[in-house]
Amino acid sequence: MSASRASRFNQRSLAPVLFLAPAVLFFMFYVIFPIFQSIQISLYDWDGLGAKTYVGIDNYVELMDDEAFYTSLKNNVIWLVLYMLAIPAGLFIALFLNQTVFGMRLYKSLFFFPFVISQVVVGLVFTWFYDPSYGLLNVILGWFSLGPVAILGDETWVTYGIIFAGLWPQTAYCMILYITGLNAVDPEQIEAGRLDNAKGWNMLRYIILPQLKPATFIAIVVTVIGALRSFDLVSIMTAGGPWGSSRVLAYYMYEKAFSEYGFRMGYGAAIAVVLFLIMMIYITVFLVKMYRDEKGH
Amino acid sequence: MVTKFKTTIAALAASTILATSAFAGELVINTDTSDPAPKAAFEQLIADFEAANPDITVKWNLFDHEGYKTSIRNFLTADAPDLANWYAGNRMLPYVNAGLFEDVTDVWDDNGLNETLASAAGSMTIDGKKWGVPYTYYQWGVYYRKDIFEANNIDVPTNWDQFKAAGATLTAAGVTPITIGTKYLWTAGGVFDYLNLRTNGYEFHMALTKGEVEWTDPRVVDTMNNWKELIDADFFLENHTSYSWQEALAPMVAGDAAMYIMGNFAVAPLREAGLSDDQLGFFQFPLINPDVPLAEEAPTDTLHIPANASNKEDARKFLAFLATADAQTKINETLGQLPIHKDATVGDDKFLQAGYAMLSATDGGIAQFFDRDAPAEMAKIGMEGFQEFMVKPERLDAILARLEKTRQRVYK
Repeated sequence: MSASRASRFNQRSLAPVLFLAPAVLFFMFYVIFPIFQSIQISLYDWDGLGAKTYVGIDNYVELMDDEAFYTSLKNNVIWLVLYMLAIPAGLFIALFLNQTVFGMRLYKSLFFFPFVISQVVVGLVFTWFYDPSYGLLNVILGWFSLGPVAILGDETWVTYGIIFAGLWPQTAYCMILYITGLNAVDPEQIEAGRLDNAKGWNMLRYIILPQLKPATFIAIVVTVIGALRSFDLVSIMTAGGPWGSSRVLAYYMYEKAFSEYGFRMGYGAAIAVVLFLIMMIYITVFLVKMYRDEKGH
Repeated sequence: MVTKFKTTIAALAASTILATSAFAGELVINTDTSDPAPKAAFEQLIADFEAANPDITVKWNLFDHEGYKTSIRNFLTADAPDLANWYAGNRMLPYVNAGLFEDVTDVWDDNGLNETLASAAGSMTIDGKKWGVPYTYYQWGVYYRKDIFEANNIDVPTNWDQFKAAGATLTAAGVTPITIGTKYLWTAGGVFDYLNLRTNGYEFHMALTKGEVEWTDPRVVDTMNNWKELIDADFFLENHTSYSWQEALAPMVAGDAAMYIMGNFAVAPLREAGLSDDQLGFFQFPLINPDVPLAEEAPTDTLHIPANASNKEDARKFLAFLATADAQTKINETLGQLPIHKDATVGDDKFLQAGYAMLSATDGGIAQFFDRDAPAEMAKIGMEGFQEFMVKPERLDAILARLEKTRQRVYK
């Protein structure tokens, strides 16, 4: 009797701990621990090889007076704002694809395709697309006797050019979130709406969108995170250029810490900490919202 | 942020697996010579060395170019090979300072290298000691389309006025005078080096890259103003910020551009693209300031013993072997570059001969390259500034002020 009660107790209290342990351990080791390590390294002057010298907040002071840092920060803000376009675009395509036509699965797959291929491929495709001498974009502009424009070689256009490339896969991602969401829309409510003479915009605004709220929330979260960690496209398409005008914080951190001309680990870590703090705002909002939702149930 | 750390750990793990520690009689060599010609050259060199030393087996780890630049830091500290290739000048300074390269002054003294490799001795010396053995170098200069020059009745320019006049003739004929691709920045560094060497001379150029002169100095401004003359006269390829150096070869091959300020490694792809030796020529960068002796740019590639190597004895044998005239003749014939050894034979390729003749006659001094002479961080921000200047010359003051700010921090 008592033995079986003890084993039941063990099952109830121990099993969750055991099942969680691997994930928690890995999360601690690969996510939580590096955060604190980065904060610590950001207080040192270190080339990754020799001795570390404690410099206090010098790295941050230097950062405050660094043009390149502000360029990166500005670009990060542009990324954050424009990347949001992926959400309405994804919604639009999802609504468009949410019909029963022959071969619809194929169309859905085609629209989802850019999200499946690697960001590196996306970057290369768009680099060729923008190429000032042979790129498709300038061929098309040529038909209207415009151009050529070197989108990726011009400080005014380069960031927008990269974001546009990034929107291609991100829109596909948001689309898939919305397609899933649309499957869960209650047909009875639509029926009821129809009876009350709702159609077009009103139907979308008052009947469909409220039911898509969970999908919208996830879409916003992944898009914000995607915008803040934009790195691959910048690295592939411009390597931060021309003269550093398309850098974002993640890329600048990489450049300072790990690239050929970098190896200032402390300074790179300081940039990473700033980026982390910006992300923290969104992570906090996300967590608070999650907590409230869970509590509500 | 988190993914970045994971990548580093992965890279660290990869380099550890590659460079497994050696046992006696085994010599581990890490190089980044993965392009076809350098790879063949090293294969040959290693085979010859093994034939000469039957008791030593060489284990050779080949890295890709870009990856090598980061992995060398890992393997020098974590699991060192017995030999690794790198570059002369300031580029090896961080590793020498961190105590990761072995002092090989004895190899130089025992084999008479101070005499036979004298031309590169300076760039291998830090604190009066030698830190590696140089095995190849190559000239920089102006590669040009001979046929286009002839079609427009242009003679090879030897001074600044002729150079500008040649450009004007070419522009009038609808040909871009100089092709360049600055996407990866360093090509702009080469142009700056030559303009500064010709305007202010070798001593000043070295003082500048060593951080002893302010970037806002009027002499630097002179160099930049000379550059601006070329920019204002539309000398350079349009949209050069979008191209890599290889992509910028295309206009020259197509005949839309006539000159390229480059290293000798540009010859191979130009020939491959179909240009014959009748169409392609080489000339020394023209004189600008008659008061400064002509100095040239000729980057040197080198081989080093890591301080943590386990088989330093055989590594020294390898370095001594690499320093012989025969080995240098052979390896450079395959590389298509110039040997350092004074008794080695230079290949009979016309560009090699031209480069050899030019460099042997150089009395102004031989620079390595902007990103090898200047410390890494200064080089990066400097070359970024040059790229910006080539598109927005009106920002000169702001660019120089930024470089000066960097200088004050980097060299302190």
